[in-house]
Amino acid sequence: MYISFSNSPAPEAESEVGDPPRRNRGARTVSSTVVTLGIVSLLTDVSSESVAAILPLYITGVLGLSTIAFGFIDGLYQGVSAVVRIVGGYASDRYDMPKWVAFVGYALAAVARVGLLFASGFAAITAVIAVDRIGKGIRTAPRDALITAASEPEILGTSFGVHRTLDNIGAAIGPLIAFFILLAIPDGFHTVFVASLAFALIGVLILGLVVPNVRTRAAHDEAVTDAAAPAASRVRKKFDWAAVTTGPMRRVLAAAGLLGLLTIGDGFVYLVLQSRSDFAAQWFPLLYVGTNLAFLALAIPLGRLSDRVGRARVFVFGHASLLAAYVIAATPIADVASIILCLALLGGFYASTDGVLAALASQLTSPETRGTGIAAAQTVVALTRFLAATGFGVLWYLVGPETSMLIVAGLLAVAIPAVALLLHPYLSVTRPLAVASDSDALPAEVGEP
Amino acid sequence: MNDRVKWLLVAGLSVVALGATAVLGLVAWQQSRLRLEARSAVAITAPTEWASGDRVVFRNTAFGDGYGLVASVPLGDPTGPRAVTEVACDRVDAVDDEFSCLRTERGVVPSYSASLYANDGTVVLTWPLPGIPSRTRISDDGARIATTSFVSGHSYATIGFSTETVIHDDAGDDLGDFEEWTLIVDGTASAPIDRNFWGVTFVDDTTFYATVGMTGSGRTYLVHGDIPTRTLTTVAEGVECPSLSPDRTRIAFKRVTAGSGPTAYWTPAIMDLATGEVRTLTESRSVDDQIEWLDDSTILYGMPREDQSGDTDVWSLRTDGSGVPEVFIEHAWSPSVVRP
Repeated sequence: MYISFSNSPAPEAESEVGDPPRRNRGARTVSSTVVTLGIVSLLTDVSSESVAAILPLYITGVLGLSTIAFGFIDGLYQGVSAVVRIVGGYASDRYDMPKWVAFVGYALAAVARVGLLFASGFAAITAVIAVDRIGKGIRTAPRDALITAASEPEILGTSFGVHRTLDNIGAAIGPLIAFFILLAIPDGFHTVFVASLAFALIGVLILGLVVPNVRTRAAHDEAVTDAAAPAASRVRKKFDWAAVTTGPMRRVLAAAGLLGLLTIGDGFVYLVLQSRSDFAAQWFPLLYVGTNLAFLALAIPLGRLSDRVGRARVFVFGHASLLAAYVIAATPIADVASIILCLALLGGFYASTDGVLAALASQLTSPETRGTGIAAAQTVVALTRFLAATGFGVLWYLVGPETSMLIVAGLLAVAIPAVALLLHPYLSVTRPLAVASDSDALPAEVGEP
Repeated sequence: MNDRVKWLLVAGLSVVALGATAVLGLVAWQQSRLRLEARSAVAITAPTEWASGDRVVFRNTAFGDGYGLVASVPLGDPTGPRAVTEVACDRVDAVDDEFSCLRTERGVVPSYSASLYANDGTVVLTWPLPGIPSRTRISDDGARIATTSFVSGHSYATIGFSTETVIHDDAGDDLGDFEEWTLIVDGTASAPIDRNFWGVTFVDDTTFYATVGMTGSGRTYLVHGDIPTRTLTTVAEGVECPSLSPDRTRIAFKRVTAGSGPTAYWTPAIMDLATGEVRTLTESRSVDDQIEWLDDSTILYGMPREDQSGDTDVWSLRTDGSGVPEVFIEHAWSPSVVRP
């Protein structure tokens, strides 16, 4: 799938790479820094997804490990990054060096690839995967803070859309590269690992060399300088957790958490589809690719929509897409079109929530607390989804796949309006809020005419 | 350093990194091609008479011509030349006139399938598997085919399920995922959400044994399965990947003798079904295979070669505790003893 970035100049053609965003014939363009970060993510995703795609084959086929071991490694994949994420976000804010915190995260991924070349046996593989996921946890929030700092607030949603699209292109071509290598070289697992290392290194290189170390506070400090110069230097030292646990962020975290509790994991949806449709059964191992393609195709349009109608609105009502996917999965129709529609809806759900949530968290936090704010939102989502998947597993066996899916769909149908009400003050906001530290009071610009 | 120089540097180093990868890949490709296109490392014969007489059917893992294909040797001459067919399988289990075959369909988008083949290589039935093949067994008259596969793990598709075990009949209809059957643990109906099933061994067309494992506690049980009532009843604890002896009195299985969960160390063991008595056999290596009975006093199992990934040997071991493991068929995997 080809995505045209007609509104964003290619980094090579850009003379002032890393400069603050510019305007181009009146149209706001996505910053080249965002595109460069997208390319870094693309390369890193090629690296990690190429390995992830063949890891099951490698673990069971070459290392000769069995079922339980495989499930354990898989679980590890999920748990590690959510916990580390908040640390990455906090460190990014604390030292005001999002680029270098992100760099550590990306570099760890590359180090893990080196480990993979020498790993044999379960313990070694586990350690390597843990390092890789720790890296992912560390880098996500500071990178999203960088995207925010490099973007014009008005097109923040579009910026995240561009980044997530590039990210998912990497996730889509990584497995293709890996399976192509295995097709040419049946026992070429090490060649896949070497290729993965090469892509990870290039990604780290681009990040280190090309991406400017945008300080998230710079713009803010300058803005304050006029009015209250001493305040600026004080702000730099002080870090206030309250900024992410009070005011708008508290509501966003509650909303994200509530909706996260009703996000049961694609795996279950795929399993339901697989049990009903021969088409889905045939393609079961690849259904996630369909979701990824929809995600990358829709990330930019939905990001742009979020800039126009409000990020909170797109985030909340994006869950309607998830709701529709559940309903289709629970409906006894087995034709190919409904399967594809279901995957498209799942992709639409991710496109309207993943980058958009980061944009929302960015606009509701101050530059000093942005990394932590983004990390907090993402951690809440990851943890509540984990709980949702576990809880749904129980429901699944109690009442059966279709019924349990309808139950969650019903709960979601109630939760979406409720969350919309909870986030009502911010639904249509498309500009950053001036966040006061005691900000339970709503900013003046909130409130639609 | 201005941006143009930076990007040039990035481009240059990228060419180096990808070029090095390409060179290593070419070397690996060349080596692998030489290995697979070379004459077979073992003596092979044409498959004209491959499915006659008492024989062992297996997956040939000798590098060179015929790698990965179903092959057979006469029971009387297991180390002699092998007859190699055209059918590629990861796991195979045969009866006299047909065999069950689980396969990874290689491709830019790999998929996994189970097929029932007639001995002449024609496909009788085929159906997709949700992930990498693990075990297969076919009942003596070929009317039931059991398959265990991993359910493909991906970061989006996980949580709480890792194997799927299904029995198909010879009309191609499946009898349902075991997770939908009634499970009776120690006399009470039970449905722990983390249960997984694997390793079916048939008694006849209506009953069988298999393993249920609980991911959370790490416990495994031998279950007795009844197809008409769709019921699985636990028989013994700690009995994994069962294989029923030809005289139907004992179960050969892999027993956890060290570690647990992901670090389990398995040793072949024999359980007497009448008394429940278990004897652990003398094997110092960890065995992760569904055991096959050669006769009522000898078992067979596959072991990966330590010095060469992708190659394996089938070993034999006496069940009375005498003797040591011996290589039974070199460069072979997934043995299936057929006595017409």
